[in-house]
Amino acid sequence: MGKERKHVIAMLVEDQPGVLTRIAGMFARRGFNIETITVGKTTKKGVSKMVITAVGDDSTLEQMEKQVNKLIDTIKVIEMPEDSSVIRELCLIKVAIPNKKAKEDILRYTKIYKTKIVDITQKSVTAELIGEPAKVDAFIDLMKQFGIKEIARTGVTAISRG
Amino acid sequence: MNGAHTIVKTLIKEGVTVTFGFPGGSVIPLFDAYLDYKGKLKNILVRHEQGAAHAAEGYARASGKPGVCISTSGPGATNLVTGIMDAYMDSTPIIALGGQVPTSLIGNDAFQESDMMGITLPITKHNFQVRTPNQMASTIMKSFKIASEGRPGPVYVDLPKDTQVGEVTEPIPEEVSIAGFQPTLTPNPLQVKKAAEAIVNSKKPLLLVGQGVIISGASKELHELVEIAQIPVTTTYMAKGAFDEYHDLSLGSIGMHGRKIANYATIHSDLLISLGCRFSDRITGNLKTYAENAKVIHADVDPAEIGKNVKVDIPIVGDAKNIISALVAELKNLLLKSKISKGLEKQEAFQNKPKPKEQWVKKIKEFKASCDKCVKVPKTARMHPRDVMYALNGILKPEDIVVTGVGQHQMFAGHFLKMRKPRTFITSGGAGTMGYGFPAAIGAKVAKPDSNVFLIDGDGSFQMTLQELATVKEAGIKVIILIMNNSWLGMVRQWLELFFDKRYSEVHLGDVPDFVKIAEAYNLKGIKVKKKEDLDKAIKQAISNKETTIVDILIDKESNILPMLPPGGHIKDAFGGCMAGQGKFFEGDL
Repeated sequence: MGKERKHVIAMLVEDQPGVLTRIAGMFARRGFNIETITVGKTTKKGVSKMVITAVGDDSTLEQMEKQVNKLIDTIKVIEMPEDSSVIRELCLIKVAIPNKKAKEDILRYTKIYKTKIVDITQKSVTAELIGEPAKVDAFIDLMKQFGIKEIARTGVTAISRG
Repeated sequence: MNGAHTIVKTLIKEGVTVTFGFPGGSVIPLFDAYLDYKGKLKNILVRHEQGAAHAAEGYARASGKPGVCISTSGPGATNLVTGIMDAYMDSTPIIALGGQVPTSLIGNDAFQESDMMGITLPITKHNFQVRTPNQMASTIMKSFKIASEGRPGPVYVDLPKDTQVGEVTEPIPEEVSIAGFQPTLTPNPLQVKKAAEAIVNSKKPLLLVGQGVIISGASKELHELVEIAQIPVTTTYMAKGAFDEYHDLSLGSIGMHGRKIANYATIHSDLLISLGCRFSDRITGNLKTYAENAKVIHADVDPAEIGKNVKVDIPIVGDAKNIISALVAELKNLLLKSKISKGLEKQEAFQNKPKPKEQWVKKIKEFKASCDKCVKVPKTARMHPRDVMYALNGILKPEDIVVTGVGQHQMFAGHFLKMRKPRTFITSGGAGTMGYGFPAAIGAKVAKPDSNVFLIDGDGSFQMTLQELATVKEAGIKVIILIMNNSWLGMVRQWLELFFDKRYSEVHLGDVPDFVKIAEAYNLKGIKVKKKEDLDKAIKQAISNKETTIVDILIDKESNILPMLPPGGHIKDAFGGCMAGQGKFFEGDL
């Protein structure tokens, strides 16, 4: 076994019922772990783009790509290397406001992280953060001290640079 | 024209002349349409849908054309599942047409509704649900394309009843294309060149041939390659017959119960050339130690097979026939170049010394000759299974087809029978489906009516699908059934004997039914054989009989199929079987 790392795989697939099941089912059956999966329409009619993040060594990644490619509904598979891709995730995070001091800290941190406040009440604040998964992780970590009430992450989507 | 007529017309357009199926509520419109196409398309009425699926497989394996099976929805369709899975494991092109409740009822748990799309998803190359009558023709055409091109496999098509009854307004298309399905058939010339150079530079090359060679129809090219390069050949059970097993460079079949010489050759080889073989665990044993002294060339049409199990040095993606032809051309080219560069004198001098490769081939041939001479059969109270194989070897004509069930008898057949031609040995490899043999033999006979089709089956395996005796009687299909009857589930019994201290649990079949009487009950013929001396005559009688004949052969109850590679073990740990000089043969510097 080689060194395990996180891979981002983008694929163009036929926009047909059951496509998600086929791909997710193949990953499960072959024992590949999906961390995140996102899917959306493209500008081409009948074609969707799906982005999966999965963990494994290089030979596992090779198998994943080949097995996904083998599915009839898969049109194209591309690995998205970190250094030549824009990789983003959206996270909504609802944080408790235990006291006034905390509120000030939270608002300061959200500014530093360039998040958008989308909802605020006396007891909680909800921020919207878009960034690479590592940045999202760091922000969530930072918010833990105040008490996270709820989070919702979309999973990763990606596009190649240039 | 309604959807059902469109199905039949499209099948005929795809070159289908026969299907294997069983009716039911959801396919009444489809079988109704058959009545209007008599003489162009017929259905063989099986007695269980599993039989339909295996018969379609046998048809495909014998003919090379996709086989078609048909069932109704719900339980009918789920009965196809074992056959579909078997076809998936063995890359067999079949189209399974399953009825479905009308689209308006799908998802309502209607009578005889089952989610066949979900059920067949992981065991098909692809599946389709036809949603409107106008999708019918293109969907079926896509199914044939997917099932037969690249690495073949099963395609399931779900046919809601309303799409069969509804009116089709669009014409049947000329052809179809599928964006995500473009198999690579032509090999990369650079990879072929690398492979040819590796062959020239190797001292102990070995060809490992898989079913891909049969599927692509590359037997002739393979023989040419062997003649030019003088490389010993072993085949998987699935590829038995791809290379003439009477050829002096044939090592017979490889694997868990394969020939020791073939298995041992992989340990000593310095170049393993795999053509259309997927390195299953029944071939490799422990992957860590498999072919550890060899560089590996892996040629396969399915890129996902390359590097899946065995680490590969030279991968080649493409169709086996194209790859072998390209290899032959490249080798001729290299040999010509070396002759020119060496000059005539040098070449003569070179020829006087034995080349390392020739030593390898010479030793292998010598050992093989000693193996071929050795036909000793262990003494047992009843007939030894090997006797049946030796008798059959004497009877088989090159174009005769042998189909097997699954179990010890299958391994005896794979080990001891010698086949000359591709598509003459049909067996359930990857799935190991007991009950596969008889219906598959029916399909093979329908595909090749002029060949004798022998079914070698076990008493356990045969009992799983023997209801198809009614099918062969009614449809006038002649299969020569040889039952290796030992009243045990012999393969599992062997494992219990060898690995579980003879703690026999659920493997004794006890008072096995009288297969001669069973044959007679179906108005067929049956012959019981108790003594070795009567075997030849009985088989010949079965061949000359007009109808299907069961030859019930009472074999030794507790004979094991040996040699055997312990599952997951090192190939050198293979035990049992004829050892004639084997140890010595591979010792020392080859």
